[in-house]
Amino acid sequence: MLTCKDASHLISESQERPLGFWERWGLKMHLWMCVSCRRFERQMTLMRQALRMLGKRAEVDADSSGFPPEARERIRKALAERGGHED
Amino acid sequence: MNINVLDSPDAWLDEHGAALYKYALLHTRDEHKAEEAVQETLLAALQARDRFSGGASARTWLIGILKHKIMDMFRHDARVVQLEDPDDLEDLDVDTHPHATDAMFASDGHWQNRLSDWGNPEELLERGQFMAILQRCLDVLPPRLARLFMLREVMEENSETICQELAITPTNLWTMLYRARLGLRQCLDRNWVGHAVTAARR
Repeated sequence: MLTCKDASHLISESQERPLGFWERWGLKMHLWMCVSCRRFERQMTLMRQALRMLGKRAEVDADSSGFPPEARERIRKALAERGGHED
Repeated sequence: MNINVLDSPDAWLDEHGAALYKYALLHTRDEHKAEEAVQETLLAALQARDRFSGGASARTWLIGILKHKIMDMFRHDARVVQLEDPDDLEDLDVDTHPHATDAMFASDGHWQNRLSDWGNPEELLERGQFMAILQRCLDVLPPRLARLFMLREVMEENSETICQELAITPTNLWTMLYRARLGLRQCLDRNWVGHAVTAARR
């Protein structure tokens, strides 16, 4: 019989690899009886969704407030110096 | 040579610099490293400009280069740490290092406390506050654990690539991801759910 600790490991690993037949079976049995682990499973799914959203948002976000002007100028200079002369 | 102004490095810097910097900072958590990554990305983009098909979005193309640059930095850091200070790897030594996650379970392997219900996931994701707390909770994870976790979950790099690039075993990676997930869950539970319940009672 799986403990909650075992079940939580399997839930986490199911995001990394396909679980084996008996692992899936054991987990299913455990989840059927255990409200905490059912919540844990939903929370892990939610966290993954939220983290991916965080990455996507960072990719499209054009808000320039977080980009220090000095850093921008240093980069501009480096581009002019090192990238100016093309082979 | 026919240079489209919109595809010049200066225009890239103006148009995409802030987004690249934000993305780099999210992963490196270090202003100098973020700046370096952005600079390296734009220099690489400049050199590879001919290969950029104007059809694809320049942002997507630049973010793709940036991801490689960030991974290069992490790979380099991982080597340096291994060479210089083996003790520094201690928090990655999963087999010998007891961890806070153990405290979440009773000795019989059951949860110490019943887990709370987080409610409707879609609703949670729509609230800006949840994302803000998520960001804060990521910031307090141990640095190397956070780095791996971010690579996997935010950059969506696959497990095999991370193991290869950072020279760790899959089992080791899985254990670290498990720890990061438990730590993050606990932080969210305390700061978000606690907050939500208090707000609902008012």
